[in-house]
Amino acid sequence: MKPTLALAAALLAGTLLSSFSAEAKTLRWSRSQDATTLDPHSGNTGPNHVVAHNFYDTLVVRGFDGKLAASLATSWAVLPSDPTIWEFKLRPGVKFHNGTTLTADDVVFSMQRALKPAADMKSLLVSVESITKVDDLTVRFKTKGPNALLVNNLTNLFIMNKAWAEANNAVDPQNLKEKVENGATLQAMGTGAYTLAVREPDVRTVMKRNDNYWGKGSMPLEFDEIIYRPIKENATRVAALLSGEIDFVQDIPPQDIQKLQTSDGIKVSAGAENRSIFFGMNMGIPELRGSDVKGKNPFADVKVRQAVNTAINREAIQRVTMRGQSTPQGTIGTPFINGYTKEIDQWPKTDAAAAKKLLTDAGYPNGFSVTLHCTNDRYVNDEGICQAAVGMLGQIGIKATLVSQSLRVHFPGIQKGEYDFYLLGWGIPTFDSHYVFNDLYRTKTQTAGTWNGTGYSNAALDTKIDSLNSEVDIAKRNATIADIWKEIQANNAYAPVHMQFIAYASRKGFEVPVDVENTPKMKFVSTPRS
Amino acid sequence: MLAFIIRRLGQAVLVLLTVALIAFALFRFVGDPTQQMVSQDTSVEERLRIRKDLGLDDSVVIQFSRFVGNAARFEFGISYQNKQSVAKLIGERFPATMELALASALFALLVGIPMGVYTGIFPNSILSRLFQMISLIGVSLPTFLIGILLIFTFSVTLGLLPSFGRQGVVKLGSWTTSFLTLEGWRSLIMPAITLGLFQMTLIMRLVRSEMLEVLRTDYIRFARARGLPDRSVHFRHALKNTLIPVITITGLQLGSIIAFAIITETVFQWPGMGLMFLQAVQTVDIPIMSAYLLLVATLFVLINLAVDLLYSAVDPRIRIAGKVA
Amino acid sequence: MQISPEDAKASSSAVSTAPPSVSMYGRWLDSDIWYSFTRSWVTMLAALVTFVLIASAVFTPWIAPHNPLDLQTLNLLDGSKPPVWSRDGDWKFLLGTDQQGRDLLSSILYGMRISLTVGFFGVILAATIGIALGLIAGYFGGRIDSIIMRVADVQLTFPAILIALLIDGTTRALVGTAKSEALVFWVLVVSIGLSFWVQYARTVRGSTMVERNKDYVHAARLIGLSKTTILFRHVLPNVIGPVLVIATINLALAVITEATLSFLGVGLPQTEPSLGTLIRVGNEFLFSGEWWVVIFPSLTLAALVLAVNLLGDWLRDALNPKLQ
Repeated sequence: MKPTLALAAALLAGTLLSSFSAEAKTLRWSRSQDATTLDPHSGNTGPNHVVAHNFYDTLVVRGFDGKLAASLATSWAVLPSDPTIWEFKLRPGVKFHNGTTLTADDVVFSMQRALKPAADMKSLLVSVESITKVDDLTVRFKTKGPNALLVNNLTNLFIMNKAWAEANNAVDPQNLKEKVENGATLQAMGTGAYTLAVREPDVRTVMKRNDNYWGKGSMPLEFDEIIYRPIKENATRVAALLSGEIDFVQDIPPQDIQKLQTSDGIKVSAGAENRSIFFGMNMGIPELRGSDVKGKNPFADVKVRQAVNTAINREAIQRVTMRGQSTPQGTIGTPFINGYTKEIDQWPKTDAAAAKKLLTDAGYPNGFSVTLHCTNDRYVNDEGICQAAVGMLGQIGIKATLVSQSLRVHFPGIQKGEYDFYLLGWGIPTFDSHYVFNDLYRTKTQTAGTWNGTGYSNAALDTKIDSLNSEVDIAKRNATIADIWKEIQANNAYAPVHMQFIAYASRKGFEVPVDVENTPKMKFVSTPRS
Repeated sequence: MLAFIIRRLGQAVLVLLTVALIAFALFRFVGDPTQQMVSQDTSVEERLRIRKDLGLDDSVVIQFSRFVGNAARFEFGISYQNKQSVAKLIGERFPATMELALASALFALLVGIPMGVYTGIFPNSILSRLFQMISLIGVSLPTFLIGILLIFTFSVTLGLLPSFGRQGVVKLGSWTTSFLTLEGWRSLIMPAITLGLFQMTLIMRLVRSEMLEVLRTDYIRFARARGLPDRSVHFRHALKNTLIPVITITGLQLGSIIAFAIITETVFQWPGMGLMFLQAVQTVDIPIMSAYLLLVATLFVLINLAVDLLYSAVDPRIRIAGKVA
Repeated sequence: MQISPEDAKASSSAVSTAPPSVSMYGRWLDSDIWYSFTRSWVTMLAALVTFVLIASAVFTPWIAPHNPLDLQTLNLLDGSKPPVWSRDGDWKFLLGTDQQGRDLLSSILYGMRISLTVGFFGVILAATIGIALGLIAGYFGGRIDSIIMRVADVQLTFPAILIALLIDGTTRALVGTAKSEALVFWVLVVSIGLSFWVQYARTVRGSTMVERNKDYVHAARLIGLSKTTILFRHVLPNVIGPVLVIATINLALAVITEATLSFLGVGLPQTEPSLGTLIRVGNEFLFSGEWWVVIFPSLTLAALVLAVNLLGDWLRDALNPKLQ
């Protein structure tokens, strides 16, 4: 009987508290998918990070504008004496949710944890050789060569409590080898602005404001409670917003924006995401697998690739398919990143006759057939973009057969180089051109060119790309970047389409601005006072 | 009798093994489960190591026997996508689906039987025609369309009922229920109607045609001839006779209600097993898919078995027919 | 959804004597049926709607104003036009266009054609499997009968959706995603065929068990006709009546099943849309104000299924000697 009474008393107290504090503000937040685990180092995906940012902090953080800011680290610099060592000074007096104080040991432990084989996050630390504690509030990262940009890679590397992890079977990131989840799958012990109250995967996650948070006073921290409820179906999600059961929806389809804007008490904010959408053309194989042209590969001819670029009507896709929710692009790389210029972001004027002439010059006056692979569950209106492209290419004689599929099937196919012609999107979390070059343009090897499905390979260019890793002279580095852009833009290995916009919708009083990385951090949200 | 029970039990086990084989064979070969767990940077060596850890390199026979052995202990491993124990995930989702199935079966019975009786007794009245029209519309509109229509009307336009999810959940030991709160019932109404509508029309039509037939039989005519009041004839004699097949069908339909909950749960984002199964199919989450299939098959086989045994207890002809055949 | 009242009755009265199907084939042209048909205006209306819809599905390539399957003729700038009677309507597109600039009327016609074709093939497959197994089980009895009926039980464990997901997955695994997209039509047909055959098997088995003891079968056996000849030439025509009723009702169920599968995303792709795919895509536009992309396909689907169901109902009542 006793526990029941205690429970009842607790419930009663809870009810009284919540009914008396008039200021209590709960944010009910929905999105199409849930985090796959709460373990902060297991998966490197946006949906995981957006949840983890509430419970955990990182050394440095990006605000809604994408600018780097101090978080658990108050200052950071490369040692003047040794360009391979980065030194981070930690914020003093930061408390974990269980009351213990953050020290350099926790940071070293977390980084080493993120480097373990089972951790997905290790790819952001590939250049790191070792992490060491200098004193309780100083940590050093030693890199394999000089890495001027290391700090940009640390925005999603969360700091856990070492002692807690050791006590709760969470020393290793969640591993598939163990047939059970670890201590961090359903629990969270960080220094974050919110503590975990309830975790029901795919159903709801309840977060309570951390009243001992170090950012109290300097951050708005408006929401006392956050309830995160994934809703997979677009229509159901929008309906839940309209009927008042949800306050903030993170992914609104473009076609619903206009209607929602005119709905009472709902505000839609849309803005660019740091992500380009483009088509890849496989020039590296002797013969296209799904084509009527035998014995040679049409995409191997740069004129054909130019023809594709000329045939695609980016403005029409922006206006009709995206309903204005995109910026047409002629390059893979957004204005957010280092190395982007207006000059590289040029595309040919849509001209079917000119495109046809290019095809004729290349020896394909009647065009050719090809299979186009496309996702249907990843990017904003991805399947619609592909359908539109098929029509546009058809007008110049390229007969594309569309295969649209889940990203689960699509991405492995690109990585294995199985497609002739495909759609892909590229987000740039480091905000630097190198991230584009290294994965999309560099010759395919174990560690580089992993998403280069075009077969594009240029040894001289590879050397230039690799030199960016250890170049500390920023001016020289930027000159090399400009040089690389010039070369790859002329090559037309890809046909860029646009930078996509994302749209958030919120009820009055819960306005969340658009985050360029699409991982809004709720502690920074400050809603207009009414 | 004992021999009959043993034979039926044997058959049930055989059926389950077959289903297990199908579940295993199909899902073992769909997609590459390692792809879920690696990032773009994972090296070939590491991919091979993960394959080995998952036991995907063993012979098919060994993998299948391991599968059956584990399934018997309700051990389905860890979900590829959720990275949690499948048994636990299913345990969490099971009450939601069972309560939804139960509520929709009740709705189907409580609305379907009276409508069926009425249309059976007064086949030509205006109200009967209306009922039949409603039942036809219920059969003709796909479940998902009915769900969307209900959400649009009662949540978005009128704002009367919650549009998604299971609310007002109370924990009772390892079971969770939404039957105890008003909020819980409110969130249950639309999903239960959506799921139960088809069964309702089924029961209504069944009761109607059974009533029509029974009312033509001689003993009903005699009952009337003896001067019994209509009410007594209809309910004491006619309805009683139609109820056995109705209850049987409802029992048998419970299995397919659980399976068809996939659609309803998708539309209403009801956190049950069906929604989890569909998400598992989309993400090639093999352990969840096989566990779900086996669970549905087991439920169905058990229900079938119970119905068969009940029947044989009531009607000895079945046992004999079974033997002769 | 896969079990219709007909089946429900068949299974509930599994042991009661099989429904006497005395020369139902002969009743087909009976004037009673024609009389009951002309007496009910609902039935006549249903027949008219069914006829018009099926005829327009058959003649779609000749009557549709555009060809929505040919992506190269589409103009993106025609996208999202409202129906002709709206303010921004265009006479070229009577019911408006979808996001890709496809004429909705043409899409619906082609979509219905695909849905009905899937339905027809699925029902034919189901009937073929069901009749063959039912005849064999009913005529030979014994071990074969119990094996077939056990298989039927296992099969009933899996509703159409699960079967389709299984078949879809297997196809993908066996031939790869690109080719399985091309096969999705047959995947649907096989899923429907494998989901619905049990009903036919049970009904035919019951009727066959009655027929096999009749004098004409004994006589046929005596004069030395082969089993195949007896089964297909003599027994089959006498048990086919109920099969036609089931087939009619099943067509409606098959169309719904196809729509549901396409709605869940294992059906036909957007480039080759069936009615179900059109509704799935249209549903994404439910709150965007572009009501026509979801309303018209839904209405067509509902009208088609309703009309076929009404015909099936009438047929069953008219053919059920107990109710006459």
